[in-house]
Amino acid sequence: MSITPDEVRHIARLARVGLVDDEISLFQGQLSEILDYFQRLQEVDTDNVPPTAHTLARHNVMRDDEPRPSFDKEDILANAPQREEDLFRVRAILE
Amino acid sequence: MTSVPLHYLTLHEAAGLLARREVSSVDLTRAAFDRIRALDDSVHAFLTLTEDEALAQAREADGRIARGEAGPLTGVPAAVKDVISTRGVRTTCGSRILESFVPLYDAFVIERLKEAGFVMLGKTNMDEFAMGSSGENSAFGPTHNPWALDRVPGGSSSGSAAAVAAGMALYALGSDTGGSIRQPASLTGVVGFKPTYGRVSRFGLVAFGSSLDQIGPITRSVRDAALVFQAIAGHDRRDSTSAPLDVPAVTDALTTDLSGLRVGVPREYFVEGMDDDVRQAVRAAIDRMEDLGASVDWDVSLPSTGHAVAVYYIIAPSEASANLARYDGVKYGYSYREGAGMWDNMEKTREFGFGEEVKRRIMLGTYALSSGYYDAYYLKAQKVRTLIRREFDAAFEEHDVLVMPVSPTPAFKLGEKVDDPLQMYLSDVMTIPVNIAGLPGISVPCGFSQPARPGAADGSRLPIGLQILAKPFDEPALFRAAYAYEQATDWHKQHPEL
Repeated sequence: MSITPDEVRHIARLARVGLVDDEISLFQGQLSEILDYFQRLQEVDTDNVPPTAHTLARHNVMRDDEPRPSFDKEDILANAPQREEDLFRVRAILE
Repeated sequence: MTSVPLHYLTLHEAAGLLARREVSSVDLTRAAFDRIRALDDSVHAFLTLTEDEALAQAREADGRIARGEAGPLTGVPAAVKDVISTRGVRTTCGSRILESFVPLYDAFVIERLKEAGFVMLGKTNMDEFAMGSSGENSAFGPTHNPWALDRVPGGSSSGSAAAVAAGMALYALGSDTGGSIRQPASLTGVVGFKPTYGRVSRFGLVAFGSSLDQIGPITRSVRDAALVFQAIAGHDRRDSTSAPLDVPAVTDALTTDLSGLRVGVPREYFVEGMDDDVRQAVRAAIDRMEDLGASVDWDVSLPSTGHAVAVYYIIAPSEASANLARYDGVKYGYSYREGAGMWDNMEKTREFGFGEEVKRRIMLGTYALSSGYYDAYYLKAQKVRTLIRREFDAAFEEHDVLVMPVSPTPAFKLGEKVDDPLQMYLSDVMTIPVNIAGLPGISVPCGFSQPARPGAADGSRLPIGLQILAKPFDEPALFRAAYAYEQATDWHKQHPEL
Protein backbone atom coordinates (compact mmCIF):
# COMPACT_ATOMS: atom_id res chain seq x y z
CA MET A 1 0.00 0.00 0.00
CA SER A 2 1.75 3.16 -1.04
CA ILE A 3 0.39 6.64 -1.30
CA THR A 4 1.49 9.29 -3.76
CA PRO A 5 2.84 12.79 -3.09
CA ASP A 6 -0.46 14.16 -4.42
CA GLU A 7 -2.38 12.08 -1.88
CA VAL A 8 -0.16 13.43 0.89
CA ARG A 9 -0.92 16.98 -0.31
CA HIS A 10 -4.63 16.17 -0.46
CA ILE A 11 -4.70 14.85 3.11
CA ALA A 12 -2.67 17.82 4.34
CA ARG A 13 -5.19 20.13 2.71
CA LEU A 14 -8.14 18.30 4.33
CA ALA A 15 -6.36 18.63 7.70
CA ARG A 16 -5.31 22.26 7.01
CA VAL A 17 -1.71 21.48 7.83
CA GLY A 18 0.93 23.21 5.73
CA LEU A 19 3.81 20.92 4.71
CA VAL A 20 7.14 21.73 3.10
CA ASP A 21 8.45 19.53 0.25
CA ASP A 22 10.78 17.57 2.57
CA GLU A 23 7.85 16.68 4.81
CA ILE A 24 5.78 15.54 1.84
CA SER A 25 8.39 12.97 0.82
CA LEU A 26 9.07 11.98 4.44
CA PHE A 27 5.37 11.43 5.17
CA GLN A 28 4.81 9.67 1.86
CA GLY A 29 7.29 6.96 2.88
CA GLN A 30 6.30 6.75 6.54
CA LEU A 31 2.54 6.81 6.00
CA SER A 32 2.85 4.16 3.29
CA GLU A 33 4.76 1.90 5.68
CA ILE A 34 2.25 2.45 8.49
CA LEU A 35 -0.77 1.91 6.20
CA ASP A 36 0.90 -1.30 5.01
CA TYR A 37 1.12 -2.45 8.60
CA PHE A 38 -2.62 -1.70 9.04
CA GLN A 39 -3.43 -4.15 6.24
CA ARG A 40 -3.12 -6.99 8.76
CA LEU A 41 -6.57 -6.05 10.07
CA GLN A 42 -8.09 -7.12 6.76
CA GLU A 43 -7.27 -10.74 7.70
CA VAL A 44 -9.55 -10.56 10.76
CA ASP A 45 -13.06 -11.90 10.31
CA THR A 46 -15.38 -9.17 11.58
CA ASP A 47 -18.61 -10.30 9.91
CA ASN A 48 -21.48 -9.70 12.34
CA VAL A 49 -19.15 -7.94 14.82
CA PRO A 50 -20.52 -4.54 15.86
CA PRO A 51 -18.07 -1.63 16.13
CA THR A 52 -17.01 -0.24 19.53
CA ALA A 53 -16.82 3.55 19.59
CA HIS A 54 -16.65 3.69 23.35
CA THR A 55 -16.06 1.18 26.15
CA LEU A 56 -18.75 2.67 28.37
CA ALA A 57 -22.16 1.89 26.95
CA ARG A 58 -23.63 5.30 27.73
CA HIS A 59 -25.82 7.13 25.26
CA ASN A 60 -27.35 10.59 25.14
CA VAL A 61 -26.04 11.78 28.48
CA MET A 62 -28.13 14.78 29.51
CA ARG A 63 -27.95 17.23 32.38
CA ASP A 64 -30.51 19.64 33.72
CA ASP A 65 -30.73 22.85 31.71
CA GLU A 66 -29.88 25.23 34.55
CA PRO A 67 -28.21 28.59 34.06
CA ARG A 68 -24.75 28.78 35.61
CA PRO A 69 -22.14 31.51 35.69
CA SER A 70 -19.91 31.68 32.62
CA PHE A 71 -16.31 32.72 32.22
CA ASP A 72 -15.25 36.32 32.44
CA LYS A 73 -15.01 37.96 29.02
CA GLU A 74 -11.63 39.54 29.79
CA ASP A 75 -10.18 36.17 30.89
CA ILE A 76 -11.27 34.59 27.61
CA LEU A 77 -9.95 37.41 25.45
CA ALA A 78 -6.63 37.39 27.33
CA ASN A 79 -5.63 34.35 25.23
CA ALA A 80 -6.75 35.93 21.93
CA PRO A 81 -3.94 36.21 19.35
CA GLN A 82 -5.62 39.35 18.00
CA ARG A 83 -8.44 41.25 19.61
CA GLU A 84 -10.61 44.17 18.59
CA GLU A 85 -12.78 45.59 21.34
CA ASP A 86 -14.61 42.57 22.75
CA LEU A 87 -14.09 40.40 19.66
CA PHE A 88 -11.53 38.00 18.22
CA ARG A 89 -10.03 39.63 15.15
CA VAL A 90 -9.60 37.33 12.13
CA ARG A 91 -8.68 37.74 8.47
CA ALA A 92 -11.49 38.25 5.98
CA ILE A 93 -13.36 35.02 5.30
CA LEU A 94 -15.26 36.33 2.26
CA GLU A 95 -13.12 38.07 -0.30
CA MET B 1 12.74 11.35 61.92
CA THR B 2 13.03 8.79 59.20
CA SER B 3 16.28 7.64 57.61
CA VAL B 4 14.89 8.28 54.14
CA PRO B 5 15.80 11.73 52.76
CA LEU B 6 12.80 14.05 52.46
CA HIS B 7 12.85 13.93 48.68
CA TYR B 8 12.52 10.13 48.58
CA LEU B 9 9.66 9.81 51.06
CA THR B 10 6.53 8.16 49.82
CA LEU B 11 3.40 10.29 49.87
CA HIS B 12 2.10 8.12 52.72
CA GLU B 13 5.29 8.51 54.77
CA ALA B 14 5.29 12.26 54.17
CA ALA B 15 1.68 12.51 55.31
CA GLY B 16 2.61 10.67 58.50
CA LEU B 17 5.49 13.06 59.24
CA LEU B 18 3.23 16.03 58.54
CA ALA B 19 0.52 14.69 60.84
CA ARG B 20 3.06 14.18 63.64
CA ARG B 21 4.43 17.68 62.96
CA GLU B 22 7.93 16.28 62.38
CA VAL B 23 8.16 18.20 59.12
CA SER B 24 6.09 20.99 57.61
CA SER B 25 4.69 21.22 54.12
CA VAL B 26 6.97 24.22 53.63
CA ASP B 27 9.98 21.98 54.51
CA LEU B 28 8.91 19.35 51.98
CA THR B 29 8.26 21.97 49.33
CA ARG B 30 11.64 23.68 49.85
CA ALA B 31 13.37 20.29 49.73
CA ALA B 32 11.62 19.51 46.44
CA PHE B 33 12.72 22.81 44.86
CA ASP B 34 16.30 22.29 46.12
CA ARG B 35 16.27 18.90 44.43
CA ILE B 36 14.78 20.35 41.22
CA ARG B 37 17.43 23.10 41.12
CA ALA B 38 20.18 20.53 41.62
CA LEU B 39 19.00 18.01 39.04
CA ASP B 40 16.59 19.36 36.50
CA ASP B 41 19.20 20.89 34.20
CA SER B 42 20.24 17.31 33.44
CA VAL B 43 16.84 15.55 33.69
CA HIS B 44 14.52 18.24 32.23
CA ALA B 45 11.37 16.94 33.87
CA PHE B 46 9.69 20.34 34.27
CA LEU B 47 8.44 22.89 31.74
CA THR B 48 7.08 25.39 34.27
CA LEU B 49 7.90 25.83 37.96
CA THR B 50 5.41 27.51 40.31
CA GLU B 51 7.56 28.08 43.38
CA ASP B 52 5.82 31.15 44.84
CA GLU B 53 2.37 29.58 44.49
CA ALA B 54 3.68 26.28 45.88
CA LEU B 55 5.09 27.93 49.01
CA ALA B 56 1.82 29.82 49.53
CA GLN B 57 -0.11 26.56 49.15
CA ALA B 58 2.33 24.85 51.56
CA ARG B 59 1.78 27.54 54.21
CA GLU B 60 -1.97 27.14 53.79
CA ALA B 61 -1.60 23.35 54.11
CA ASP B 62 0.48 23.75 57.27
CA GLY B 63 -2.36 25.85 58.67
CA ARG B 64 -4.87 23.12 57.84
CA ILE B 65 -2.67 20.50 59.47
CA ALA B 66 -2.29 22.65 62.60
CA ARG B 67 -6.08 22.99 62.80
CA GLY B 68 -6.51 19.22 62.50
CA GLU B 69 -8.23 19.53 59.11
CA ALA B 70 -5.71 17.56 57.05
CA GLY B 71 -6.48 14.68 54.71
CA PRO B 72 -4.04 12.05 53.41
CA LEU B 73 -2.75 14.32 50.61
CA THR B 74 -2.67 17.66 52.42
CA GLY B 75 0.59 19.51 51.99
CA VAL B 76 2.46 16.86 50.01
CA PRO B 77 4.12 18.55 47.00
CA ALA B 78 3.37 17.12 43.56
CA ALA B 79 3.88 17.72 39.84
CA VAL B 80 1.28 17.82 37.07
CA LYS B 81 1.66 16.73 33.45
CA ASP B 82 1.35 19.76 31.20
CA VAL B 83 -1.71 18.38 29.41
CA ILE B 84 -3.91 18.99 32.49
CA SER B 85 -5.42 22.48 32.70
CA THR B 86 -4.34 24.62 35.63
CA ARG B 87 -6.07 27.96 36.10
CA GLY B 88 -3.65 30.84 35.68
CA VAL B 89 -0.64 28.53 35.08
CA ARG B 90 0.42 28.10 31.46
CA THR B 91 -0.42 24.70 30.00
CA THR B 92 1.57 23.92 26.87
CA CYS B 93 0.90 20.23 26.13
CA GLY B 94 4.58 20.15 25.14
CA SER B 95 3.66 22.12 22.00
CA ARG B 96 4.74 25.39 20.41
CA ILE B 97 1.13 25.99 19.45
CA LEU B 98 0.19 26.35 23.17
CA GLU B 99 3.52 27.78 24.35
CA SER B 100 1.88 30.78 26.05
CA PHE B 101 -1.64 29.42 26.62
CA VAL B 102 -3.05 30.10 30.10
CA PRO B 103 -6.20 28.11 31.01
CA LEU B 104 -9.25 29.84 32.45
CA TYR B 105 -10.16 26.95 34.69
CA ASP B 106 -8.77 24.01 36.61
CA ALA B 107 -9.29 20.45 35.45
CA PHE B 108 -11.62 18.41 37.66
CA VAL B 109 -8.64 16.52 39.10
CA ILE B 110 -6.93 19.80 40.06
CA GLU B 111 -10.12 21.02 41.77
CA ARG B 112 -10.18 17.79 43.74
CA LEU B 113 -6.51 17.99 44.71
CA LYS B 114 -6.91 21.63 45.78
CA GLU B 115 -9.78 20.60 48.05
CA ALA B 116 -7.42 17.97 49.49
CA GLY B 117 -4.69 20.57 50.24
CA PHE B 118 -2.65 20.62 47.05
CA VAL B 119 0.91 21.94 46.70
CA MET B 120 1.78 22.11 42.99
CA LEU B 121 5.50 22.32 42.22
CA GLY B 122 5.02 22.84 38.50
CA LYS B 123 4.02 21.38 35.15
CA THR B 124 5.95 18.49 33.63
CA ASN B 125 7.48 17.83 30.25
CA MET B 126 5.76 15.45 27.83
CA ASP B 127 5.55 14.28 24.25
CA GLU B 128 3.64 16.91 22.31
CA PHE B 129 -0.12 16.46 22.90
CA ALA B 130 0.76 13.16 24.64
CA MET B 131 1.76 11.58 21.33
CA GLY B 132 4.88 9.52 21.89
CA SER B 133 6.52 6.73 23.82
CA SER B 134 9.86 8.32 24.70
CA GLY B 135 9.38 11.96 25.70
CA GLU B 136 11.41 12.98 22.66
CA ASN B 137 8.45 14.61 20.90
CA SER B 138 8.34 17.55 23.32
CA ALA B 139 8.75 20.86 21.50
CA PHE B 140 10.85 21.98 24.47
CA GLY B 141 13.46 19.22 24.39
CA PRO B 142 13.51 15.65 25.73
CA THR B 143 13.42 14.43 29.32
CA HIS B 144 16.28 12.16 30.39
CA ASN B 145 15.89 8.91 32.34
CA PRO B 146 17.23 9.44 35.88
CA TRP B 147 18.67 5.88 35.85
CA ALA B 148 20.75 6.54 32.72
CA LEU B 149 20.75 10.07 31.35
CA ASP B 150 21.48 8.91 27.80
CA ARG B 151 18.22 6.93 27.79
CA VAL B 152 14.56 7.87 27.40
CA PRO B 153 12.27 7.90 30.44
CA GLY B 154 9.39 6.63 28.30
CA GLY B 155 6.39 8.67 27.36
CA SER B 156 4.26 10.46 26.97
CA SER B 157 4.21 11.31 30.73
CA SER B 158 8.01 11.57 30.57
CA GLY B 159 8.50 14.48 32.97
CA SER B 160 6.01 13.22 35.56
CA ALA B 161 7.70 9.81 35.76
CA ALA B 162 11.24 11.25 35.78
CA ALA B 163 10.31 13.81 38.47
CA VAL B 164 8.99 11.09 40.79
CA ALA B 165 11.90 8.72 40.05
CA ALA B 166 14.51 11.43 40.69
CA GLY B 167 12.94 12.67 43.93
CA MET B 168 11.86 16.02 42.50
CA ALA B 169 8.17 15.46 43.36
CA LEU B 170 6.56 13.13 45.90
CA TYR B 171 3.93 12.16 43.37
CA ALA B 172 2.68 13.33 39.97
CA LEU B 173 -0.31 13.20 37.68
CA GLY B 174 -0.01 11.76 34.20
CA SER B 175 -2.40 10.82 31.42
CA ASP B 176 -2.59 7.50 29.61
CA THR B 177 -4.05 7.06 26.12
CA GLY B 178 -2.02 4.04 25.01
CA GLY B 179 0.36 3.46 27.93
CA SER B 180 1.56 6.98 28.69
CA ILE B 181 1.43 6.51 32.49
CA ARG B 182 2.39 2.83 32.77
CA GLN B 183 5.27 2.72 30.27
CA PRO B 184 7.27 5.69 31.65
CA ALA B 185 6.60 4.40 35.20
CA SER B 186 8.04 1.04 34.14
CA LEU B 187 11.08 2.60 32.47
CA THR B 188 11.89 4.82 35.49
CA GLY B 189 11.16 2.32 38.30
CA VAL B 190 8.07 3.92 39.85
CA VAL B 191 4.38 3.02 40.15
CA GLY B 192 2.00 4.22 37.43
CA PHE B 193 -1.75 3.63 37.48
CA LYS B 194 -4.30 4.10 34.70
CA PRO B 195 -7.85 3.90 36.09
CA THR B 196 -10.80 2.32 34.29
CA TYR B 197 -12.01 4.51 31.41
CA GLY B 198 -14.72 6.77 32.88
CA ARG B 199 -13.49 6.54 36.46
CA VAL B 200 -11.68 9.89 36.50
CA SER B 201 -13.23 12.95 34.85
CA ARG B 202 -11.50 14.19 31.71
CA PHE B 203 -12.84 17.71 32.27
CA GLY B 204 -9.83 19.97 31.76
CA LEU B 205 -7.63 17.23 30.27
CA VAL B 206 -6.60 18.51 26.84
CA ALA B 207 -8.11 15.93 24.49
CA PHE B 208 -5.99 13.53 22.41
CA GLY B 209 -7.99 10.30 21.89
CA SER B 210 -11.25 10.93 23.70
CA SER B 211 -12.40 7.30 23.88
CA LEU B 212 -9.01 6.24 25.31
CA ASP B 213 -7.65 9.07 27.52
CA GLN B 214 -7.54 8.70 31.33
CA ILE B 215 -5.74 10.67 34.05
CA GLY B 216 -3.91 8.76 36.77
CA PRO B 217 -1.15 8.94 39.39
CA ILE B 218 2.59 8.25 39.18
CA THR B 219 3.94 7.49 42.65
CA ARG B 220 6.68 5.73 44.66
CA SER B 221 4.37 3.10 46.11
CA VAL B 222 1.13 1.26 45.41
CA ARG B 223 -0.47 2.73 48.54
CA ASP B 224 0.35 6.22 47.27
CA ALA B 225 -1.32 5.44 43.93
CA ALA B 226 -4.42 4.25 45.80
CA LEU B 227 -4.49 7.45 47.88
CA VAL B 228 -4.24 9.73 44.84
CA PHE B 229 -6.78 7.65 42.91
CA GLN B 230 -9.21 7.89 45.80
CA ALA B 231 -8.89 11.69 45.72
CA ILE B 232 -9.35 12.20 41.97
CA ALA B 233 -11.92 9.50 41.05
CA GLY B 234 -15.66 10.00 40.90
CA HIS B 235 -18.51 11.24 38.77
CA ASP B 236 -18.39 14.69 37.15
CA ARG B 237 -21.32 15.96 35.11
CA ARG B 238 -18.99 18.12 32.98
CA ASP B 239 -17.58 14.95 31.37
CA SER B 240 -20.37 13.00 29.67
CA THR B 241 -18.16 9.88 29.67
CA SER B 242 -17.63 10.06 33.42
CA ALA B 243 -19.11 6.93 35.03
CA PRO B 244 -21.95 7.63 37.51
CA LEU B 245 -20.66 5.02 39.96
CA ASP B 246 -19.47 5.11 43.55
CA VAL B 247 -15.70 4.78 43.93
CA PRO B 248 -14.67 1.75 46.00
CA ALA B 249 -12.36 2.26 48.99
CA VAL B 250 -9.28 0.84 47.31
CA THR B 251 -7.10 1.49 50.36
CA ASP B 252 -9.13 -1.23 52.12
CA ALA B 253 -7.87 -3.70 49.49
CA LEU B 254 -4.22 -3.20 50.47
CA THR B 255 -3.48 -6.52 52.17
CA THR B 256 -0.41 -8.73 51.91
CA ASP B 257 -2.12 -12.09 51.38
CA LEU B 258 -3.18 -13.23 47.90
CA SER B 259 -5.06 -16.40 48.93
CA GLY B 260 -7.83 -17.15 46.49
CA LEU B 261 -6.73 -14.53 43.95
CA ARG B 262 -6.95 -15.96 40.43
CA VAL B 263 -4.06 -14.69 38.31
CA GLY B 264 -4.00 -15.22 34.54
CA VAL B 265 -0.94 -14.87 32.30
CA PRO B 266 -1.78 -14.26 28.63
CA ARG B 267 0.81 -16.06 26.50
CA GLU B 268 0.61 -13.52 23.66
CA TYR B 269 2.49 -11.05 25.90
CA PHE B 270 5.59 -13.24 26.06
CA VAL B 271 6.61 -12.75 22.49
CA GLU B 272 9.68 -13.33 20.44
CA GLY B 273 11.92 -10.29 20.43
CA MET B 274 11.21 -9.30 24.00
CA ASP B 275 14.17 -8.64 26.22
CA ASP B 276 15.41 -11.62 28.28
CA ASP B 277 15.77 -9.57 31.44
CA VAL B 278 12.15 -8.40 31.12
CA ARG B 279 10.93 -11.96 30.57
CA GLN B 280 12.85 -13.28 33.59
CA ALA B 281 11.89 -10.44 35.92
CA VAL B 282 8.19 -10.72 35.08
CA ARG B 283 8.16 -14.51 35.38
CA ALA B 284 9.89 -14.27 38.77
CA ALA B 285 7.30 -11.70 39.87
CA ILE B 286 4.45 -14.02 38.90
CA ASP B 287 6.11 -16.87 40.86
CA ARG B 288 6.26 -14.51 43.82
CA MET B 289 2.53 -13.86 43.56
CA GLU B 290 1.98 -17.61 43.65
CA ASP B 291 4.13 -17.83 46.82
CA LEU B 292 1.81 -15.23 48.33
CA GLY B 293 -1.20 -17.48 47.84
CA ALA B 294 -2.45 -16.63 44.35
CA SER B 295 -3.38 -19.37 41.89
CA VAL B 296 -1.63 -18.79 38.58
CA ASP B 297 -2.92 -19.90 35.18
CA TRP B 298 -0.05 -19.64 32.67
CA ASP B 299 -2.22 -20.64 29.73
CA VAL B 300 -4.55 -17.72 29.10
CA SER B 301 -4.95 -16.67 25.47
CA LEU B 302 -5.98 -13.28 24.06
CA PRO B 303 -5.65 -14.10 20.36
CA SER B 304 -6.32 -10.59 19.00
CA THR B 305 -3.45 -9.02 20.96
CA GLY B 306 -1.32 -8.88 17.81
CA HIS B 307 -3.88 -6.60 16.15
CA ALA B 308 -3.99 -4.05 18.95
CA VAL B 309 -1.22 -1.77 17.66
CA ALA B 310 -2.94 -1.42 14.28
CA VAL B 311 -6.34 -0.82 15.90
CA TYR B 312 -4.89 1.81 18.21
CA TYR B 313 -2.91 3.66 15.55
CA ILE B 314 -6.08 4.00 13.50
CA ILE B 315 -8.49 4.96 16.30
CA ALA B 316 -6.24 7.29 18.33
CA PRO B 317 -5.03 9.39 15.36
CA SER B 318 -8.60 9.53 13.99
CA GLU B 319 -9.86 10.96 17.27
CA ALA B 320 -6.81 13.22 17.47
CA SER B 321 -7.33 14.61 13.98
CA ALA B 322 -10.78 15.79 15.09
CA ASN B 323 -9.70 16.99 18.54
CA LEU B 324 -6.75 18.98 17.22
CA ALA B 325 -8.86 20.79 14.61
CA ARG B 326 -9.46 23.44 17.29
CA TYR B 327 -5.90 24.76 17.00
CA ASP B 328 -6.55 27.25 14.23
CA GLY B 329 -4.80 30.36 15.55
CA VAL B 330 -8.05 32.25 16.13
CA LYS B 331 -9.09 31.97 19.77
CA TYR B 332 -5.83 31.11 21.56
CA GLY B 333 -2.35 29.81 20.99
CA TYR B 334 0.22 30.49 18.30
CA SER B 335 -1.17 32.37 15.31
CA TYR B 336 0.53 33.00 11.97
CA ARG B 337 -0.67 36.31 10.56
CA GLU B 338 1.46 37.13 7.53
CA GLY B 339 -0.17 34.74 5.05
CA ALA B 340 -2.13 35.38 1.86
CA GLY B 341 -5.50 34.97 3.60
CA MET B 342 -7.46 33.10 6.22
CA TRP B 343 -6.75 29.57 4.94
CA ASP B 344 -3.09 30.27 4.35
CA ASN B 345 -2.77 31.65 7.89
CA MET B 346 -4.49 28.60 9.33
CA GLU B 347 -2.30 26.15 7.42
CA LYS B 348 0.87 27.98 8.40
CA THR B 349 -0.26 28.27 12.04
CA ARG B 350 -0.49 24.47 12.11
CA GLU B 351 2.65 23.98 10.00
CA PHE B 352 4.80 26.00 12.43
CA GLY B 353 2.84 25.26 15.61
CA PHE B 354 2.80 21.45 15.48
CA GLY B 355 5.80 19.12 15.60
CA GLU B 356 6.43 16.26 13.21
CA GLU B 357 4.75 13.44 15.19
CA VAL B 358 1.58 15.48 15.74
CA LYS B 359 1.39 16.27 12.04
CA ARG B 360 1.98 12.60 11.20
CA ARG B 361 -0.90 11.52 13.42
CA ILE B 362 -3.25 14.22 12.17
CA MET B 363 -2.43 13.05 8.62
CA LEU B 364 -2.98 9.37 9.53
CA GLY B 365 -6.29 10.11 11.23
CA THR B 366 -7.50 12.38 8.45
CA TYR B 367 -6.67 9.66 5.92
CA ALA B 368 -8.40 6.92 7.95
CA LEU B 369 -11.56 9.02 8.22
CA SER B 370 -11.56 10.34 4.67
CA SER B 371 -14.13 9.47 2.04
CA GLY B 372 -13.51 6.02 0.56
CA TYR B 373 -11.24 4.81 3.38
CA TYR B 374 -13.50 5.07 6.43
CA ASP B 375 -14.85 1.50 6.22
CA ALA B 376 -11.47 -0.09 5.52
CA TYR B 377 -9.67 1.64 8.37
CA TYR B 378 -11.74 3.34 11.05
CA LEU B 379 -14.80 1.08 11.00
CA LYS B 380 -12.64 -2.05 10.68
CA ALA B 381 -10.53 -0.95 13.64
CA GLN B 382 -13.64 -0.35 15.73
CA LYS B 383 -14.86 -3.87 14.97
CA VAL B 384 -11.54 -5.44 15.95
CA ARG B 385 -11.74 -3.26 19.07
CA THR B 386 -14.91 -5.20 19.93
CA LEU B 387 -13.06 -8.51 19.54
CA ILE B 388 -10.23 -7.35 21.82
CA ARG B 389 -12.77 -6.32 24.48
CA ARG B 390 -14.64 -9.61 24.25
CA GLU B 391 -11.44 -11.60 24.73
CA PHE B 392 -10.64 -9.63 27.89
CA ASP B 393 -14.24 -10.08 29.11
CA ALA B 394 -13.91 -13.86 28.66
CA ALA B 395 -10.52 -13.96 30.43
CA PHE B 396 -11.92 -12.03 33.38
CA GLU B 397 -14.71 -14.56 33.84
CA GLU B 398 -12.08 -16.98 35.13
CA HIS B 399 -9.42 -14.63 36.48
CA ASP B 400 -9.41 -11.69 38.88
CA VAL B 401 -6.30 -10.10 37.41
CA LEU B 402 -4.11 -10.57 34.35
CA VAL B 403 -0.36 -9.98 34.58
CA MET B 404 2.28 -9.33 31.93
CA PRO B 405 5.20 -6.98 31.19
CA VAL B 406 4.59 -3.27 30.58
CA SER B 407 7.24 -2.80 27.91
CA PRO B 408 9.05 -5.42 25.83
CA THR B 409 12.39 -3.76 26.67
CA PRO B 410 13.89 -1.56 29.39
CA ALA B 411 14.55 2.10 28.55
CA PHE B 412 16.07 2.56 25.10
CA LYS B 413 18.61 5.18 24.10
CA LEU B 414 17.64 8.74 23.25
CA GLY B 415 17.53 9.03 19.47
CA GLU B 416 17.36 5.27 18.90
CA LYS B 417 13.83 5.18 17.43
CA VAL B 418 13.05 8.79 16.50
CA ASP B 419 13.49 8.23 12.78
CA ASP B 420 11.32 5.12 12.65
CA PRO B 421 7.76 5.89 13.76
CA LEU B 422 6.48 2.35 13.16
CA GLN B 423 9.17 0.87 15.46
CA MET B 424 8.23 3.45 18.09
CA TYR B 425 4.54 2.51 17.76
CA LEU B 426 5.35 -1.20 18.13
CA SER B 427 7.01 -0.53 21.51
CA ASP B 428 3.47 0.18 22.83
CA VAL B 429 2.26 -3.36 22.10
CA MET B 430 1.77 -4.35 25.75
CA THR B 431 0.00 -1.24 27.04
CA ILE B 432 -2.32 -0.38 24.13
CA PRO B 433 -4.85 -3.23 24.53
CA VAL B 434 -5.77 -1.90 27.99
CA ASN B 435 -6.92 1.45 26.58
CA ILE B 436 -8.73 -0.21 23.70
CA ALA B 437 -10.77 -2.23 26.23
CA GLY B 438 -11.06 0.58 28.81
CA LEU B 439 -9.49 -1.52 31.61
CA PRO B 440 -7.60 -0.37 34.71
CA GLY B 441 -3.87 -1.16 34.61
CA ILE B 442 -0.89 -0.55 36.88
CA SER B 443 2.87 -0.76 36.48
CA VAL B 444 4.79 -1.90 39.58
CA PRO B 445 8.62 -2.16 39.75
CA CYS B 446 9.66 -5.83 39.49
CA GLY B 447 13.39 -5.85 38.87
CA PHE B 448 16.29 -4.49 36.86
CA SER B 449 18.14 -5.35 33.73
CA GLN B 450 21.39 -7.25 34.37
CA PRO B 451 24.27 -5.09 33.12
CA ALA B 452 26.71 -8.01 33.42
CA ARG B 453 24.62 -10.33 31.23
CA PRO B 454 26.41 -11.35 28.02
CA GLY B 455 24.78 -9.45 25.17
CA ALA B 456 23.52 -6.62 27.40
CA ALA B 457 23.79 -3.35 25.50
CA ASP B 458 25.95 -1.55 28.06
CA GLY B 459 26.50 -1.28 31.79
CA SER B 460 23.23 0.42 32.69
CA ARG B 461 21.06 -1.09 35.40
CA LEU B 462 17.57 -0.24 34.21
CA PRO B 463 14.20 -0.70 35.92
CA ILE B 464 11.59 -3.22 34.73
CA GLY B 465 7.85 -3.03 35.43
CA LEU B 466 5.17 -5.64 36.05
CA GLN B 467 1.75 -4.84 34.59
CA ILE B 468 -1.41 -5.90 36.41
CA LEU B 469 -4.88 -5.53 34.85
CA ALA B 470 -8.37 -6.00 36.25
CA LYS B 471 -11.82 -5.91 34.73
CA PRO B 472 -13.49 -2.51 34.32
CA PHE B 473 -14.22 -0.81 37.66
CA ASP B 474 -12.60 -3.61 39.69
CA GLU B 475 -9.72 -1.43 40.90
CA PRO B 476 -9.77 -3.19 44.33
CA ALA B 477 -8.59 -6.50 42.79
CA LEU B 478 -5.82 -4.68 40.94
CA PHE B 479 -4.62 -2.83 44.06
CA ARG B 480 -4.77 -5.97 46.16
CA ALA B 481 -2.48 -7.85 43.77
CA ALA B 482 -0.13 -4.91 43.23
CA TYR B 483 0.24 -4.07 46.92
CA ALA B 484 0.86 -7.63 48.10
CA TYR B 485 3.52 -8.13 45.42
CA GLU B 486 5.19 -4.79 46.15
CA GLN B 487 5.29 -5.41 49.90
CA ALA B 488 7.02 -8.74 49.34
CA THR B 489 9.83 -7.04 47.38
CA ASP B 490 12.05 -3.99 47.72
CA TRP B 491 12.35 -2.91 44.07
CA HIS B 492 10.29 0.22 44.74
CA LYS B 493 12.70 1.32 47.50
CA GLN B 494 15.65 1.57 45.11
CA HIS B 495 16.57 4.94 43.66
CA PRO B 496 18.83 6.12 40.85
CA GLU B 497 22.27 7.51 41.68
CA LEU B 498 22.16 11.14 40.69
